[in-house]
Amino acid sequence: MSARAKPAPVPTPETQPYFDAAAEGELKIQRCLDCGKPFFYPRPCCPFCASDALEWITTSGRGTLYSYTINHRPAPGFEQDAPYAIAVVQLSEGPRMMANIVGIENTPDNLVLDMDVEVTFEKRGDVTIPQFRPAGREAI
Amino acid sequence: MARSDVVIVGAAETDEVGVLPGHSTLRLHVEGARNAVSDAGLRMSDIDGIASVSAPGPIQVAHTLGIKPRWIDGTGVGGTSFLLHVRHAVAAIRAGHATTVLVTHGESGRSQVGSARGALPASSPNAQFEAPYGVLGPPTMFTIPLLRYMKEFGLTAEQLAYVPVAQRKWAARNPRARYREPITVEDVLNSRMISYPLHLLECCLVTDGGGALVITSADRAGDLPQPPVHILGTGETFESPLISQMEDFTTSAAFRRSSAEAFAEAGITHGDVDHLMIYDAFAHVPIYGLEDMGFVGRGEAGAFIAEGNTEPGGRLPLNTNGGGLSYTHTGMYGMFLIQESVRQLRGQAAAQVPGVEISVAQGNGGMFTAAGTLVLSNRTP
Repeated sequence: MSARAKPAPVPTPETQPYFDAAAEGELKIQRCLDCGKPFFYPRPCCPFCASDALEWITTSGRGTLYSYTINHRPAPGFEQDAPYAIAVVQLSEGPRMMANIVGIENTPDNLVLDMDVEVTFEKRGDVTIPQFRPAGREAI
Repeated sequence: MARSDVVIVGAAETDEVGVLPGHSTLRLHVEGARNAVSDAGLRMSDIDGIASVSAPGPIQVAHTLGIKPRWIDGTGVGGTSFLLHVRHAVAAIRAGHATTVLVTHGESGRSQVGSARGALPASSPNAQFEAPYGVLGPPTMFTIPLLRYMKEFGLTAEQLAYVPVAQRKWAARNPRARYREPITVEDVLNSRMISYPLHLLECCLVTDGGGALVITSADRAGDLPQPPVHILGTGETFESPLISQMEDFTTSAAFRRSSAEAFAEAGITHGDVDHLMIYDAFAHVPIYGLEDMGFVGRGEAGAFIAEGNTEPGGRLPLNTNGGGLSYTHTGMYGMFLIQESVRQLRGQAAAQVPGVEISVAQGNGGMFTAAGTLVLSNRTP
């Protein structure tokens, strides 16, 4: 067990639906009702046209590994994980988001850019956050 | 035709840079400020504008120095803030809001004496959507785009490792540089892995130090002791506060926009640039900078550096103080970019490049978040 807990997000009213969906096992992102574009991270207006007419859509939970670094100096709570990858996943819907890659040892040989990944979920205190694992693997 | 009506007339660093546990953050500001005002041949009472970054920020710095400003700028966008302060000072002086502006930097980055480590609120987008994944400061964030760049353009680990090797050659000529011993690509690749694919020697130093600038109108500069450095063009912008939301991980939109605006205002082309400073927090940043500023084509910067073009004797001298990788890096290094540009334009640099007439400083702040660019010259256009 880590001496310290990993950071847990503190949702705001506009991000709460994202974390509520994660708790239900879904990765939801916002889409603009005016220009139609999906985006991440959750926010009060569309970054493309500033409209506040937004909806939540449920993503496929699938994506590809866009880039990452493997951190050898762990953040508080991550002592048992180091070295661990901090990755950015490109969702099949287009937007990108940060995640860890779980269910596989985080080595350069294992983590090949553009490999298929799929969402999984991790509890952080009272909040659930999305994570990603190589596609087609059993849940851990 | 670029205007050249605002000039840098004073520029100085703290007496020492490096490990200074006896210096508070505020003292580093004050020491740099006193040195810069003295360098300008002015008195503190001549200063009527102040710019600095919190904490301690412009008000505390001005109060400590006894300055009663009629213009204040506290723009804080990370390490490039001081380049933005210079840009804002140009506008303020042209508008008549100030006649003589002092820009200060001081940071106890290594010793943490009287410093304030900024933490974002737990409900900020960064804290909600990046911190849970174990990011811890610049080495874990600035590095994330790099693998995508390496895949897209075939940049090799050896080419990347050559960036600190080239800069160490400049540092070897600078007695103030923290590290001056020559290093090889093998040394870099054998150094400890910090955040794959970056090794220790591909990461900047963490030091204590400071510096300041005095900026005024060209018509006031005539009687002052130092040759004036004309501010020909400036740029500023930002891209994304979250590294994961950069539009394209192989290029910095902030570098592109900021530098294009500065070059256009100055009316210069890349061939006019005699000397270049690019904020080198990590080895890949000068690679992005060279390409995004347009000095070389996309994917060409690694080879350009490895071929020796940016080192002593090369055709585009880059980071001639040794850079953040070998000279000093307090945390917000941008002030030191400007200091070295001014020294080169005055002919006062430790590793002086012959005949520098135009120097460009390119800063970044908050990883790839913000950018600022200055085009400086020792002659009028």
